Amino acid sequence: MKISKIEKILQASRLFDTAAMDSEVEYAFASDLMSDVLAFALATSLLITGLTNIQIIRTATMLDMTGIVFVRNKRPLEEAIVLAKKLDIPILLCQKSMFETCGLLYQAGLKPCPILHKESS
Amino acid sequence: MSEPLVLELEVKPLDFLAAGETATQFKETLKSLGLPPEICRRAAIVVYEAEMNIVIHGGGGVMRLQVEEDKVTIMAEDEGPGIEDLELAMQEGYSSAPDFIREMGFGAGMGLPNIKRNANELYIDTAPGKGTKLRAVIYLNKGR
Repeated sequence: MKISKIEKILQASRLFDTAAMDSEVEYAFASDLMSDVLAFALATSLLITGLTNIQIIRTATMLDMTGIVFVRNKRPLEEAIVLAKKLDIPILLCQKSMFETCGLLYQAGLKPCPILHKESS
Repeated sequence: MSEPLVLELEVKPLDFLAAGETATQFKETLKSLGLPPEICRRAAIVVYEAEMNIVIHGGGGVMRLQVEEDKVTIMAEDEGPGIEDLELAMQEGYSSAPDFIREMGFGAGMGLPNIKRNANELYIDTAPGKGTKLRAVIYLNKGR
C-alpha cells in the first residue's frame, strides 16, 4: 500500500511533499516505545507513534522504515521535521487515536510486524 | 579489503539532539562499503542502542566501528558508573533509566537485549565505578 493511500484512509495530511509518498509498505508497527520499535519493526514498514522528538526519525532511519504517521494530532518537533526532510522520510499527521489509526490500516490490509519470542530470536 | 577500516567517534553525555549521529554515520559508512542492507540494519541497531546507553548512563564515551572482510565489530567504551548486575541488565524490561528518558521513548529495558539479538557475539566488560566496555561482532556470512 502506498503512503499516499494511507494518507487518504486516515484523512491525514502530509508534513511535506516528497516522491517517497509513492513508496510501498506492507507492514506497520505502532508504539511510543522506541526500544520496542528497534526490537520488532521490520524494514520498509510504517511507524505509527505519538512521540514527537528527533529520536523517532532516527529510529525509523536505523531500521530502514518507509514512513511515519504521527497520531493524536501530534506534530513532530522542529528538529525532527528538519531531519525527516533531510532524510526524505514521508511524514503523515493524523488526528485519530493510535487505536483507530491501527484499526483502519489493519482493515485496509496492512500487516502487523511479528513479535518474535526471545527464545526464537 | 586487506586493512580493516576503523572509524572512531566521540559520544557526548546527555545530548539528545545529537544522540544517534554516531549510528547514522556508521550506518552510512557500512552502506557506502556496499555491505548487505540487513547487515547495515543490524549494525545500526547495535550502534544506536549502545550510543543511547553511553548518552543516558555512561557520561559520554567513545564508539568504534571496525570493518573486516568477514565481520563488522562495534565497540562502545565509557567511564561511567558501570553496570552493577549485568545479568539483570540483560533481561528484557529491566531498566535503570530515569523518567525523562522514558518520556522520550527509551529506557524500556530493551537496549542490551536488542544488541544481543542483532549481534553474533557480544562481550561486556563492566564493574561498578569502572565504566563499561562493550564489543559486538556481526559476521557477514551468518544470520542472526
